[in-house]
Amino acid sequence: MNPDLPAWSLTADAVESIAIASQWPERVTRDWAIGGATGKDVDVCILDSGVDGDHPLVGGLESAVAVVFEDNETRIVPDDVGDVVGHGSACAGIVRALAPECRLHSVRVLGSGNTGTGDLILAGLEHAIEQGYNVVNMSLSTTRRRFAELLHDLADSAYFQGTVLVASAHNMPVESYPWRFSSVISVGSHEGTDSWEWYANPKPPVEFFARGLDVDVAWSEGSTIRCTGNSFAAPHIAGLSALVLSKHPGLTPFQLKSVLYLTASNTGGSE
Amino acid sequence: MTEDNSYREAVAAGMLASEESHRALLQSIVDVARAIFGAKASSIFLLDTATDELVFEAVSGEGEGDLVGMRIPSSTGIAGWVLVTGQPIVIDDLQRDPRFARQAAERTGYVPKGLMAVPLVNGETTLGVLQVLDRSQGRAFSLGEIDLLILFANQAAIGLDLLQTARRARAVLEGGDGRGALVARLAELLERADDDGRGAQLLTALEAVLRRDARG
Repeated sequence: MNPDLPAWSLTADAVESIAIASQWPERVTRDWAIGGATGKDVDVCILDSGVDGDHPLVGGLESAVAVVFEDNETRIVPDDVGDVVGHGSACAGIVRALAPECRLHSVRVLGSGNTGTGDLILAGLEHAIEQGYNVVNMSLSTTRRRFAELLHDLADSAYFQGTVLVASAHNMPVESYPWRFSSVISVGSHEGTDSWEWYANPKPPVEFFARGLDVDVAWSEGSTIRCTGNSFAAPHIAGLSALVLSKHPGLTPFQLKSVLYLTASNTGGSE
Repeated sequence: MTEDNSYREAVAAGMLASEESHRALLQSIVDVARAIFGAKASSIFLLDTATDELVFEAVSGEGEGDLVGMRIPSSTGIAGWVLVTGQPIVIDDLQRDPRFARQAAERTGYVPKGLMAVPLVNGETTLGVLQVLDRSQGRAFSLGEIDLLILFANQAAIGLDLLQTARRARAVLEGGDGRGALVARLAELLERADDDGRGAQLLTALEAVLRRDARG
């Protein structure tokens, strides 16, 4: 089998060539999944309102770009504006608290008006996937159907290349994307206040519930405030994903989702 | 939409909605939102798609009367974030957000401690943002309260969408100068102000003449 070609089929003599070393324990536990992990060497991207890298809870940024909308076109430009709301810093701080040694990147899609929102999200996500980040946190969605197919293709590309997309579920009675796609990890809030508490939902499309209530987060101009919303639950799962990937590099999004499932607070693997 | 369809819609809408009913609905939304949560204030921003700005359209409680008409950028600040991302958010100690506190102080002198903000979404369209400021602290906050606000916002968005369609249609009706617009205006007048039926008699006679000419 030519290793450069995609594996469209598996011939009998090629079975040995794709042997996967068995690394999985008999029972997946949190200790196996994240025990001692720090997020080291994992790149986490925050697709949001920008990130204030100097905020003490964020603790530094590896890179920052902004997607701008000019003359009906999107462009990626270096970003020195920081955070135009505070929310991106909040997400970055949550990820940092869980995975202290991960590398954080900011892709700012806010601040350039509302008109091109769908295009901005699309271009920002495309950029994040091109960069090959391990985890992308998206606490946002679009209701525009014309973007659904394009976002779906991007989410699949990310899934196949091994970039984990974590998106906050929309707790409103509307159709929105990309959180509903099965190639994305979608997250809603539970009512607990423990950042290490997460639940697998047996009734998707929301797949996990993580902490999203009364979270003390980084905000604008170095401040911290207390917030609630699914948009704060998603970065908890993004941070946990960074931990798993730092301890078990090379896991596919499918495998990572399985680890999160097996170690959830309601599936028996949470010790 | 074809011109004919626009006029047809305009006639229907002209009978439905007036500027006053639009204002009344907006005010009712903020009044009810405030009452549901025992809040000090509630406000609505609507998106002005022509200028891509958020416009303060209605306020109940603190700041009432001062803010209406104020415009802010559509994708910065907390309201902008909610509009663009479509995600509801609750903030409990907003006074610690220096940027927000500064702007609120400049605008009204009223800096709320807490804020709940949800997008007003109907189908694919995000119309604006509904905010509830300083809700009652008498009970512990739960996710159920956000769900309640979302349900209410959804109902409000449906009503608003209907009235905004009517507003646009009315603009077509009032702004059109062709024959279609004239007929649409006459139809509306007939519905609203033809109490003794003389207008209808006149138009029926006109129709008969035109039909005869068309045959002839």
